[in-house]
Order: sequence, then structure tokens, then C-alpha cells
Amino acid sequence: MSEIVQISDLHKSFGDLNVLKGIDLTVQSGETVVLLGSSGSGKSTLLRCVNFMEEPTQGSVSLHGELIGTEAGGKMQYRESELCALRTRIGMVFQHFNLFPHMTVEQNVMEGQVTVLKRSKSEAQSKAMTQLERVGLADKASEYPARLSGGQKQRVAIARALAMDPDVMLFDEVTSALDPELVGEVLKTMRQLADEGMTMLVVTHELGFAYHVANRVLFLHDGKILEEGKPQQVLKNPQTQRMREFLDGHSLFKLPD
Amino acid sequence: MTHTWDFATIIQNWQVLWVGLKGTVLIFLVTVVLGLAGGLLVGIARYARSRFLNWPAMAFVEVFRNTPVLVQIIWFYYAFPILTGIEVNPFLAAVLGISLNTMAFSAEIYRAGIQSIDPGQWEAGKAIGMTYNQTLRRIILPVAIKRVLPALTNRGIEVFKMSTLASVVAYVETLNQAKLIADLNFNPIEAYTAVALIFFVVLYPVVQGTYVLERILKKGD
Amino acid sequence: MVEWNFLAVFSDFDLLMIGLSNTLKVTALALLFGVPLGLVFAVMRLSTTRPLSMAAAFIIEFFRTTPPLVQLFWFFFALPILIDVRMTPFIAAIVTFSIQSSAFFAEIFRGGIQSIDKGQWEGAKAIGMNYRQSLQRVILPQAVKRMIPAFMERSIELLKTTTLVSTVAYADLMFQANDLAQKTFRPLEVYTVVAVMYFLLIFVFSQLSIAVERRLAQSGESTVR
Ligand SMILES: Nc1ncnc2c1ncn2[C@@H]1O[C@H](COP(=O)(O)OP(=O)(O)OP(=O)(O)O)[C@@H](O)[C@H]1O
Ligand SMILES: [Mg+2]
Repeated sequence: MSEIVQISDLHKSFGDLNVLKGIDLTVQSGETVVLLGSSGSGKSTLLRCVNFMEEPTQGSVSLHGELIGTEAGGKMQYRESELCALRTRIGMVFQHFNLFPHMTVEQNVMEGQVTVLKRSKSEAQSKAMTQLERVGLADKASEYPARLSGGQKQRVAIARALAMDPDVMLFDEVTSALDPELVGEVLKTMRQLADEGMTMLVVTHELGFAYHVANRVLFLHDGKILEEGKPQQVLKNPQTQRMREFLDGHSLFKLPD
Repeated sequence: MTHTWDFATIIQNWQVLWVGLKGTVLIFLVTVVLGLAGGLLVGIARYARSRFLNWPAMAFVEVFRNTPVLVQIIWFYYAFPILTGIEVNPFLAAVLGISLNTMAFSAEIYRAGIQSIDPGQWEAGKAIGMTYNQTLRRIILPVAIKRVLPALTNRGIEVFKMSTLASVVAYVETLNQAKLIADLNFNPIEAYTAVALIFFVVLYPVVQGTYVLERILKKGD
Repeated sequence: MVEWNFLAVFSDFDLLMIGLSNTLKVTALALLFGVPLGLVFAVMRLSTTRPLSMAAAFIIEFFRTTPPLVQLFWFFFALPILIDVRMTPFIAAIVTFSIQSSAFFAEIFRGGIQSIDKGQWEGAKAIGMNYRQSLQRVILPQAVKRMIPAFMERSIELLKTTTLVSTVAYADLMFQANDLAQKTFRPLEVYTVVAVMYFLLIFVFSQLSIAVERRLAQSGESTVR
């Protein structure tokens, strides 16, 4: 196993608000890591620091052992071109899909390949179809996003990210905006990805997914990782009062004995 | 070519500009009052259900919105006197052109304002025994006008800028006087820059004011 | 009683047609330069680099708050003193109306760009697009559709404003009318015919823009002002 993402001593603040206060995290190749934490604990912020949608205020992120940014005078400097190149190697899926409504499903999945990676149209198209088949939506290729259900939109968004051949995928509460009956299809797609060996960092409130799919679960609280371990261990035998309270708040979830 | 800016001649001729400024303010006040008040009447007529009010109002709005103001001013200056025998001086021609144009534009603003009021308000007025006119005056218009205040202010700004068109028929206003100064002192660059700055200095705070007004009204709604 | 006599006007009607084509030419060229320039100002104005956005804001506000006729005089009479150019009425008209309308188009672009959901920027960013690619491929195609009604309205205003070029002796429709009125001694007929010509031209464009706005509203597109 090799390290894909390595985060060390990561801090992030918005003005006076210190959201992340020193995060150390390594994600190994093929691993699925689930990030838990109550609302406002900084899960999205951490995820967004990994692909630099937010710039960390302190600390470093490495991908495949390469440090992102260059140090100058004790502060990290990031160039736009470097970050754009980085983001092609890190896929991200959002709560609200963020599909491009003026493009068909297929065009959505081709867009990054053609515009950013400069792949030829025909190559991008065949890759797009491969990924759409992977998420079970090949038959929707020529539809516009407006005509898809929430679950289908989210699977297109996953295909769009996968088409860039990323080294790691970030998922930020991708089922939270979905009607309950549509959650399953998206989780199934994610599980299938995990089984195929994709490296994934997942923020979710679906404890069942964490329990069954994650290799490792982290609990974020007050800007730090409070608990970390195998799902069976963290979810069944929480070590801290905070984690127990958090799990009590998700009483709908019944852990298997 | 390097030009050395020299505003001294402008300052020496401040009285000439001052006369122009007074002319600008005069024509602005007359046209903005006529235009916005007359526009209210046309707007109400435009909203009315009676065809005898509605159609002429619509025709008026279409004619004056769809022709350039300059064409209107010139028509009133050169053509209107022949048609009617009424003598028209530059001031009157400009006032007619600008205020009729403003009436047409503001009528549409008032109408949109009136239309934006919840029909329930009309019914409430009726329910307490008010006539159409009473409901309009006491219930609908106060709210409608408040709502379109930013749009009316913008119209006012347009009217202020439009006042320069009066110079085309040689009405004495700021631009006309600047031209005089420029022709006499061979300093068009300073003269026209001064006029541009005058308008900017007057209107910039007003424009910023409308942004504030819009925000306040949005919050109040 | 006034006796209308249109004979003189119609025997020289080709003069007015030349004017009309010049009016359309100036409008079209001002649009051709004004729209892209407006986009540039809008992007500058939205920039997070303070000096850039402040410079754009100043240019935009300056050209929106000063009368177009003053601008035209400035470019025609004053600019040639500042820089060494041979100014013609035609060039002055194009320069003035391009910049003047670009200030208004900039605000329309800005409204359109800002009306697009932030998630669209994020979606574009997440697949590795830079600012320019995001704007060009994702944001603008969506924004432009919403801007069409405001854009058409502004173009019609521009068409009306071009009458000002007659004051610096460019042979647009208004100028040709003045010319013809003097030549024929029939100002009533000449100015009435020209007013009707302007009315028809602008009315047709207005109706067109209303029709387009209605189509967009039907297709559920929101619009910006
Ligand atoms: N761009 C920003 N500017 C200012 N504050 C921000 C910004 N983004 C996030 N925050 C704040 O940082 C804190 C953490 O936000 P974050 O979105 O990371 O939480 P989260 O754990 O993802 O919560 P949720 O479960 O609700 O999505 C919150 O208090 C939020 O208000
Ligand atoms: Mg979040």
C-alpha cells in the first residue's frame, strides 16, 4: 500500500473563526475513509482543503508524496495552474451535484476531459460512456440534467469526477439533498467504487455506509480528530463522551450485533 | 503630443458656466416634475380598464418611448410651430421633448408598480366600501410608488443627463456654455472635461444613493 | 390650415436612406466593440484584486453618470488634443458609443454572472478548470441567456442615442433630416417622416425583444435587469 493523501498539521480559519486546529491524516491507496462529525465541525472545510477549494492557513497537503505549493518565507504559496492540475487528480462530488445545466449528461462528463486534460473529443466520449456505464446511466447520455432524478444527477456527478481518472475521490454529504428513496442507489454506486479499489475520503451521516464500507472512521470535533479507528471499533465502542452523544443523535441507525 | 492641462481659463469664466448650470437646473426641475407627475396620470390611465383611457395612454407611451428624445426635441422646435402656429422657443421645445419622453417611460414604471400589488389589496379596499379611486389613492399608490422609487430615481438621473440635449436647439445650459468657453478660449479639452466632472460629481452620489435605497426597500418588503 | 406636402421629402428619400444605413452602421459597430469591452469591465469589476475592480467601477460609473453628448464632444473636440489622432465624426461616434454602452453592458454582464449559482463555479473548479475556463465554458453560457432581455433593451437605447452623432456632423438619419429640412424648406414633413422612420425601426426592435423575453419566460429562464 502506498500513501495517496498526506495531511499534516493542517489549520484553517475564516477570520477569527478557527475551524481546523491541527489535522494529521494519511489516506492509503484503495482505502475508504469516512469522516464523521456534527454540523459545523469542519468536515467540509477539511475536504475542501484537500483539493484546495479552500487554502489552508497552516500545514501541508501532499499527493503521492509530492508537497502541494512552495514554501516561501515560512508561508505556503500556491499558483493557480498548480492547483488546477492538482484538482484534475482529485475528484470531488458535492451535496448539490453542481452539474452544468446547459450541457447534456455526456457533455458534462466530457467537459473536464476536453477543456482541462485536452483529450480528443472521441477519446473523451468513449471514456464518458465507460464511466456512465459504471454508474448505470449510459442510457441517459443525451439527456439534460434537469430531466434526471436527484439520485441520477448525483451518479452523473460521480461519473464526471471519475472521468478525469483521479487518484482519490472526495464525497461531501452527497446523499443529504436526496429524497430518502434515492439515497440507496448513490450509496450502492459508492460502495461499488470502494470495492473496485478507488481511494475515497467520504463525509456522510450515513452510519450504515461507514460501518459496512469504510476501512477507517474519523470523528472530527472542535477542529481536531477526536477518535479514529476501524468502524466496528469506533462506532460500537466509542471512547469519548462526545462521540457517544453524536451516535445517540443518530439513533435511527441500528448497528448489527 | 503632450498637453499641459490648464483650468485657469475655465475658472476665469466661471460666471459663464454658472449661467449654464442655472439653465440645466431649471430645465431639469421643470422636466422631472412634469415627466414624473404626468407619467403617474398616464400610468393610471394605462392601467385603467376603460378603453377610452387605456388605448390613448398606450399609444402615447409607445410613440414617445420608441422615438429618440433628440428627434422629439427637434420636431417640437422646427415642425410643431408650423403645424400649430404656436411659437416655440428652445426652452419650450426641450421641455416638451424631455418631459413627454419621461412621462412615457415613467408611466410604464408606475404601471408595473401598480400591477405588482397583491389583488387582495383592491378587494380589501372594496370590502370597506371604498371606490376605485379611493382604493387607488389611499391603498394602492402609496405602496406601489414606494416600491418603484429606485426606478423613478434612475429616471430622474436620465432626465438630468438628457438636459444636455437642449443645447442642440441652443438653449442655454451647461454644455452649451462650455462650448462657448471652448470656442472663445480654444480649450475644448478643459471645457468638456469640466462639464463631464460636474455631471459626475452631481450624479455619482445620487447613483450610490439609489443603491442604498434599493437595499433599504428590499429589507422593508 | 397647414398643407402637408411630402413630395419634396420623397423625391430626396434616398438621402434619408443613406442616413438610416449610417445610423444602423454606427449602432452595429458600437455593439461590436461595446459588448466585449463590457465583458472585460465586468470581469475586472468582479475581480478580487482591489485596484482592478476599483478602476473598472470608476470607468463604469463615470460613463453611466455623464451625459452621452458631453462624452461625444469630449472625444470629438478634446481627445485629438491629448493624443495625436485625426478625429472624424465617425471615429468619435464609434469610440464614444462603444465605451458608453460598454459601461451599461458591464453592469448587465455583472448581473448575469452574479445570478449564477456559486455551485457552478465550484463544479468547474473541482474538475480542474481555471478562472477563464470556468467563466467561458460554464458560467457565461448560462448567464448570457438570462441577460438577453436587458441586452436587447440596452441595444435599443443605444440606437436612440446614436442620433447625437448628428451634432458632430456625422451623416446619420437625424443629420440627413436636418440637411433635407434646410434644403427643401419643409421641416414639418421632413421631421415627421423621420420621426415615423425612427418609430417604426425602434418599435420593431422593441416588439422583437418583448417576444424574445416572453419565450425565455416560458422556457422557465429567469432574467436579470
Ligand atoms: N467560506 C467561509 N467563510 C466563513 N466561514 C465559513 C466558511 N466556510 C465554512 N465556514 C464556517 O466554518 C465552520 C465549519 O464549516 P463546515 O462547512 O466545514 O462544517 P461541516 O462540518 O461541513 O458542517 P455540515 O455538516 O453542516 O456540512 C462553520 O462554522 C462555518 O460557518
Ligand atoms: Mg459540510
